[in-house]
Amino acid sequence: MADNNQILGTRHLLGIKDLNEKDIQLIFETADTFKDVLNRPIKKVPSLRDVTIANVFFENSTRTRLSFELAQKRLSADTINFAASSSSVSKGETLIDTVNNILAMKVDMVVMRHPYPGAGIFLSKKVNAQIVNAGDGAHEHPTQALLDAFSIRERYGDVAGKKVAIVGDILHSRVALSNILCLQKLGAEVMVCGPTTLIPKYIKTLNVKVEYDLMKALQWCDVANMLRIQLERQDIRYFPSLREYSMLYGLNKEILNSLDKEITIMHPGPINRGVEITSDVADSKQSIILDQVENGVAIRMAVLYLLAGQR
Amino acid sequence: MSSSPAMQIAGLFLWYDSYNQQTHVSRFLKSTQAFSDFYVFQSNILFLPLLKSKLMQNLTLLDGPKFQITIKRLCHQLIENHTDFSNSVILGIQPRGIYLADRIASELKSILPQANILNGNLDITFFRDDFRRRESPLVPNTTKIDFIIEGKKVILVDDVLWTGRTIRSAMDAMMAFGRPEKVELLVLVDRRFSRHLPIEPDYIGIQVDSINSQKVLVSWKETDQEDKVILLSGK
Repeated sequence: MADNNQILGTRHLLGIKDLNEKDIQLIFETADTFKDVLNRPIKKVPSLRDVTIANVFFENSTRTRLSFELAQKRLSADTINFAASSSSVSKGETLIDTVNNILAMKVDMVVMRHPYPGAGIFLSKKVNAQIVNAGDGAHEHPTQALLDAFSIRERYGDVAGKKVAIVGDILHSRVALSNILCLQKLGAEVMVCGPTTLIPKYIKTLNVKVEYDLMKALQWCDVANMLRIQLERQDIRYFPSLREYSMLYGLNKEILNSLDKEITIMHPGPINRGVEITSDVADSKQSIILDQVENGVAIRMAVLYLLAGQR
Repeated sequence: MSSSPAMQIAGLFLWYDSYNQQTHVSRFLKSTQAFSDFYVFQSNILFLPLLKSKLMQNLTLLDGPKFQITIKRLCHQLIENHTDFSNSVILGIQPRGIYLADRIASELKSILPQANILNGNLDITFFRDDFRRRESPLVPNTTKIDFIIEGKKVILVDDVLWTGRTIRSAMDAMMAFGRPEKVELLVLVDRRFSRHLPIEPDYIGIQVDSINSQKVLVSWKETDQEDKVILLSGK
């Protein structure tokens, strides 16, 4: 029992940027056992019974919030939920005041989603609690990247050496950035694909391949991660119409069948059926979209367990 | 039985068994029963002059043929209570109890070739009571239970019983899989007089009296080349 205690290199989970390969593998190994726990008749363990976690969501979310909440409940943590839309934030309270008020009620950890990039990093310097970033603007979404890589690892046994294409709205996507960092740290090759207007100019500095032709990207990759077009973040028009986007970058069964190999399809959700992928692709055997959701709970349990355990 | 003051301060007796050429340690108790585990005969007690330096050394408590005899004895004691194991299961506690559980299970199979011995691994990491009280969280091991424990007699197996906290966690962890009819505890080494909880084993390989700074290490042929129980003295 002596030498199997390991520790993450960070006190908060603000981004994949702060993790190294060892940290990610540690999270995966821990998630493996939690996945096992989730398949038992009693899916609950008492590890976090003296930990209180606040889920602070300044932006809409269903999957991530439910997944975090379920992970916390499976670990026996006490949780409180906070949605900005129904709170005093609309009365003009600042972020630090809001969070400090929550912490005054003796909360140990804060899971936060915020529309501004770096909100989690800012908060981690100002308040005395462990922060888990559940998405900050177009910056990072670390748990999503971890669960995506975990799902690839589950499908292929290892992430190293795999070719992953991230297709869609790279410019507005926090999933894309976290995924690129996470997959590269694990030794995978990453390509981004999308319309020129939706691929940031400096993306090449991250050492990723850039491809503007969907067909070529699909022929290259083992795994295609299809991102959603984030219309709510598009202040100007980046492409003429959704229909044109879906004709050029939408994935359908014919394209999939025309490839000479079987690739794996991923999607971080929510799916706009008929835009980035069609229903027959989303529900096909090659799609691991629902496995991603299942793995999300195990990954979030592992992250919370490892963070809460270090003092 | 006489004892020198120096040894009483240490709280330990040191025996030299010339027949087996082994050295044994035992804590002093008023009753002679305290020495019964070490098959030490009064005639060949030899107090070594360098008591202190001898205490600092690592002592082998069990190895060779006696180790195998102990395993066999535990198996026969189990058979006494569980007959053909039709309603009993063995659960080895991760990480170190699984080797003993595997050994017991394979030994039982060779004694009872017809019996179906069910043997699983139980990880207790998430049920420990020291989470957030230690510097870092423990990395869990796998739980492998391919059978139903509901209504069964469960034999929990671990290598060393010390404070009893692991066994407390194991009972909690096990209950997540169902409600057994009965739970028993088998340990290879029982470190007496050191319990933090009211937990006692049903089957004991050897009993050891030790002080807190000492460690008992069980090594296995499968992973560490040799079947052996060693008492490690700190510093």
